[in-house]
Amino acid sequence: MTAVQGSTSTTRPESRQMLRHFLGLMGKSVFTALVLAFFVIPVLWLVFAPFDAHPGLNVKLPEFTFNNFKVLLDNPTAIASLGNSLILALGSMVVVLVLGSLASYSLSRVKIPGRDLLLYTLLLLSSIITGTAAMVPTFLLMVKLGLIDSQFGVILVLSGGILPTVIFILKDFMDSTPKSYEESARLYGAKPLRILWDVVIPLARPGLATIAVWAVVQVWGNFLVPYILLRSPSKSPAAVVMYTFYTEGGQPNLALISAFSLLFSIPVVAMYFFVNRRYGFRFHGGIKS
Amino acid sequence: MASITTRSLIKEYPGGVRGVDEMDVTIHDGEFFALLGPSGCGKTTLLRTIAGLEKSTSGSIKIGDREVTNMEPGQRRVAMVFQDYALFPHMSISDNIAYPLKIQKVAKAERHSRAEEVGDKLSLQGLLERRPGQLSGGQQQRVALARAVTSRPDVFLFDEPLSNLDARLRLEARTFLKKLQLDLGVTTVFVTHDQAEALALADRIAIMRSGKMQQLGTPREVFQRPANTFVASFVGSTSMNLLKGNVADGGVMIGHQKVALPADAVGRVGDGQEITWGARPEYLDISLDPVHGGLEGTVTVSENLGASALITVELTGSGEPVQVVVSEDHEPGIGTRVWVTFEPRRTLLFDAEGLRIGD
Amino acid sequence: MPAPAAGTGPSRAVVDDGDVAGLGKARAMAFLAPALLLISLFLVFPALWTLYLGLTNYRLSGSAAKNPQFVGVDNYINALSDDRFFNSLGLTLLFVFGSAVIGQSALGFAIAWTMTRVRKSVRAVVEFFVLLAWIIPSSVTTFLWYAMLDRSNGTLNAMLSTGNTAWLLDYPLQSIIVFNTWVGTAFSMLLFSSALASVPPSQLESARMVGAGAWAQFRDVVFPHIRGHVLTNTLLITLWTFNTFTPYLLTAGGPDDRSNILPIFIYRLALNDGALGQGSAISLIMIIINLVIATVYLRLLKERKS
Ligand SMILES: Nc1ncnc2c1ncn2[C@@H]1O[C@H](COP(=O)(O)OP(=O)(O)O)[C@@H](O)[C@H]1O
Ligand SMILES: [Mg+2]
Repeated sequence: MTAVQGSTSTTRPESRQMLRHFLGLMGKSVFTALVLAFFVIPVLWLVFAPFDAHPGLNVKLPEFTFNNFKVLLDNPTAIASLGNSLILALGSMVVVLVLGSLASYSLSRVKIPGRDLLLYTLLLLSSIITGTAAMVPTFLLMVKLGLIDSQFGVILVLSGGILPTVIFILKDFMDSTPKSYEESARLYGAKPLRILWDVVIPLARPGLATIAVWAVVQVWGNFLVPYILLRSPSKSPAAVVMYTFYTEGGQPNLALISAFSLLFSIPVVAMYFFVNRRYGFRFHGGIKS
Repeated sequence: MASITTRSLIKEYPGGVRGVDEMDVTIHDGEFFALLGPSGCGKTTLLRTIAGLEKSTSGSIKIGDREVTNMEPGQRRVAMVFQDYALFPHMSISDNIAYPLKIQKVAKAERHSRAEEVGDKLSLQGLLERRPGQLSGGQQQRVALARAVTSRPDVFLFDEPLSNLDARLRLEARTFLKKLQLDLGVTTVFVTHDQAEALALADRIAIMRSGKMQQLGTPREVFQRPANTFVASFVGSTSMNLLKGNVADGGVMIGHQKVALPADAVGRVGDGQEITWGARPEYLDISLDPVHGGLEGTVTVSENLGASALITVELTGSGEPVQVVVSEDHEPGIGTRVWVTFEPRRTLLFDAEGLRIGD
Repeated sequence: MPAPAAGTGPSRAVVDDGDVAGLGKARAMAFLAPALLLISLFLVFPALWTLYLGLTNYRLSGSAAKNPQFVGVDNYINALSDDRFFNSLGLTLLFVFGSAVIGQSALGFAIAWTMTRVRKSVRAVVEFFVLLAWIIPSSVTTFLWYAMLDRSNGTLNAMLSTGNTAWLLDYPLQSIIVFNTWVGTAFSMLLFSSALASVPPSQLESARMVGAGAWAQFRDVVFPHIRGHVLTNTLLITLWTFNTFTPYLLTAGGPDDRSNILPIFIYRLALNDGALGQGSAISLIMIIINLVIATVYLRLLKERKS
């Protein structure tokens, strides 16, 4: 290569490269800004309105007050609905944790005939029989069982819906814990139930914690199932009551709705980020956990 | 304390792999017994079958005079130390050590004092309130031993308990283990794929290959008089030189060079028979001057081993490599013409099937 | 933590069949039974019942509620000759295509890709807000958008100076598409982030060393690594979007059925108008579509494993 060729062929690509770099930087920044605007602006209302003395539908900086939370505390329906959400969430959590850990432990450790087929079917069922697709027969079933307008009924339906996924994840978890712990206990003469209690459950604790939080998050926000299965407002969870607050008649009470939304959202957001920090996101058939 | 006897023991996995194939062993009371063999030869399977963690396909196992073949693992009075130690991560060291006592429903105070006592013996003072995760590998290994000791078993079963330690720590732990076993006098079966570990620790060694026993003997027997070429090349820090040849005129022809018959083989072989001649590099020497009955060749590689060197000599004619260990001041240069010398009584002869000729 | 066992071989096949704690088949079945019972009763049975219900003229009230008649495939014929059903199916396809395939997938990937080349703090902030949209309970997010899109006070009209546009009335389908994209992008973003993180930096560096530009790096190094994830992601979010009921809280299917996607259609038909038999017939069609998507997905999973 001669000197002349060298100089021309280095300067032009260099400036082109700088231009490209500049454009890349611009594109990156503009895109990031747009994404942030898209995801942040709708949420701003949730941050500002609860503390605004005169909350409107638009996003604006608040005239600071805590009064909206007083309005919320004075509304028995709202407070009771948060309690109902808690009942549904904790109830389902207990059901899926107990049934799920027993089932997944046997599936992980004992080769029951047809195990693989069973697991495959469970996974398939849980993804195709969704709350929406099965709402009609579920509704009818609960009518026949006399479980309409019963929180217990809602817990059963919700638990049945999330159990397959729970079993799947927990089985995965149990499969990955070394078996030498149980074998060791067994050599010292521990009986199966004792091993389960002394060794398996403590070892599975991180998995159980994840599942517990996941179940609570799922049930806490669920709208459809309690919406079709519960009748009395006094039993309805916050997800349903929130909806009735802004659809039923007249001007929505924004002071109430804003404070209520915030209080309703905070627990799941907190739990979610807690679990994420401790255990990281994992993709089990697309679960938020 | 008890002996262990297996009779025609077979463990076949689903799919037909035989982890243990027709095993007959008697392990004496109080003995330190090593199971040695390459990875996948069935050592772990045999150990786990003795423990009852695997159900045998056929055959029988006795511990002492108790027939345990169909007994639950928890009733066999064996303690096992796993390769990964299997310490319960959610329990303190003290609770880990005392776990066998908890199963035996020993009162809490008593458990505590026993754990302390055993912890002292295994140099675990001051660590008892910690969790396994806060201990080093060597400490974890001793906790696993302590837990095994607490259960006062008839038999200790160790599955490569040293393999997760780094080289230096492994030597320390090895000495510790040997002393502990001497103190307690409990029958011990020790699985390892490291021949040096087996030679150093065991009273007797069983060498396995593909589920089958190859040889059972003291470290000295196994080292000096391997039953076959497999054992010969597996045992020893440098593997034995094995050269193909045949018998001629009361000697062994290797290529066109002739060496003397090993002492053991005299009178047991006939002219023309195809054999394998074996000699450990440690038992060979090198001479710079022609030696009658030595093997002539050229030095091609020299590897420093510290106080000695491993010399590779390519034999004149056949070009086959022979390895020789020489002391540090006697290393010949690369390319030097040398003669490999030996005492015939230190050499071995194997027949066409690889079995050693002689008694 | 002790290191996991290495070289001990798969320690399955313990006492007969992998039963390390000596649980035994009978006890294992007993452990499994309650869970299976619950699942059978509240998940499997309803699905099977849908099959039967779809063949009857079951109604929520009136004489057909007491004595439902077997009407054979009438419901299916009715459904397949009903303009409302086809309107709903068409809307659903547009909704799924717009908000899942285009919206969530493309936006999720774009965000994941861009976030690999910005500062860590920026990335954390962006990911936090994208995730927030996903986590906040749906009745709250729908209200946030209801407020955003409000005709007279909505923030969107104020930002775009679009006067008094009633977004939810004038553009109902577009509104729920944007809303669902907003809610669901997080999953695609996370999935693609972890896929991109699994691209070995050494491969990218080797590509850069031989002078590959950004596009060539993407095509030759990145894309082969994430190809499988693109498919997984598309199938999963298609399945979820197809089954989401949340847009009901925003538009309730209106106005004039213009955002009446299948889940909402079924709800209104069966539980508002009381036509349980007809609703079941359409539910079954939905389950079948779900089955097709899920089977493809599981097949892919299996292939990837082997
Ligand atoms: N659970 C099992 N199922 C089937 N084959 C097994 C199982 N465990 C071990 N094996 C096989 O049995 C043989 C012996 O294994 P193992 O006893 O673990 O060997 P070692 O401990 O000597 O390395 C190997 O070929 C191994 O693949
Ligand atoms: Mg092994």
